Amino acid sequence: MPRLSVWFIRASLVYLAVGFTFGALMLANKGLAFNLHLDHLLPVHMEFLLVGWMMQLALGVAYWILPRYVKGLPRGNETMAWLSLIFLNTGILMMTMNTVFNVTWFMLIGRVFEAVSALTFLLVAWRRVRPSS
Amino acid sequence: MPLLTRWFIRTSFVYLGIALAVGILLAGQSLWSSLLPVAILFPGYIHLLTVGWLTLLIFGVAYWMFPKYSLAHPHGSDVLIWAAYILLNLGLVMRIVGEPLDNLRRDAFWGWLLVFSALLQWLGGIAFIINLWKRVKTK
Repeated sequence: MPRLSVWFIRASLVYLAVGFTFGALMLANKGLAFNLHLDHLLPVHMEFLLVGWMMQLALGVAYWILPRYVKGLPRGNETMAWLSLIFLNTGILMMTMNTVFNVTWFMLIGRVFEAVSALTFLLVAWRRVRPSS
Repeated sequence: MPLLTRWFIRTSFVYLGIALAVGILLAGQSLWSSLLPVAILFPGYIHLLTVGWLTLLIFGVAYWMFPKYSLAHPHGSDVLIWAAYILLNLGLVMRIVGEPLDNLRRDAFWGWLLVFSALLQWLGGIAFIINLWKRVKTK
């Protein structure tokens, strides 16, 4: 497994742990109603599990497992793939900041970072989606 | 394909089937909302898909495909991974049953059922993460 995939997948596991923790707190709170503010975690819970865990895991596994290039760099432009990881996690953290500080700009910028991350990854991996040689 | 992967994947398909059936109930709620308050099934529907279907499927495939932990224990700790499977499923089923009932008749029993459901699912997720973490490596 390439080092970048290790980073993608370990980051996704961290988001899974935190996302599950927030989800467990909210579910327990639904049962016992011990904190009125816990429901505010819902957007972060969803962001961490859908983007932080599932999307990030998919990118990490795709970078590792898609057919490699025969000529040149086997997995494409590595710098761009690292940028994709950085953009994605910046985006997720900006989305989280929006929940904490309630500033709409954070959400907008966060979504732009996430979209740019996906686009960057797409440019790296697009031509690797082909029949195995 | 290892035995536990087959359990994870087949169970995930069962949850997918149940989720799709609940989805039909939710889609037609205007037809039978006077008989059944089906809208209370929505959180369960989402978690049947995201935890029951997607997460269990991912866990099953990751357990099978990720780099081996060691020659002696290629999949890591069998105890942790079986614990993850049992705790996640037990917790999820408790949620699917308990959450609508807690909505219908709020009492301490259903409230505590949700607390235990949350705890079991959390423990199951953490057990899986601890086991998989060691297998996410360059060689």
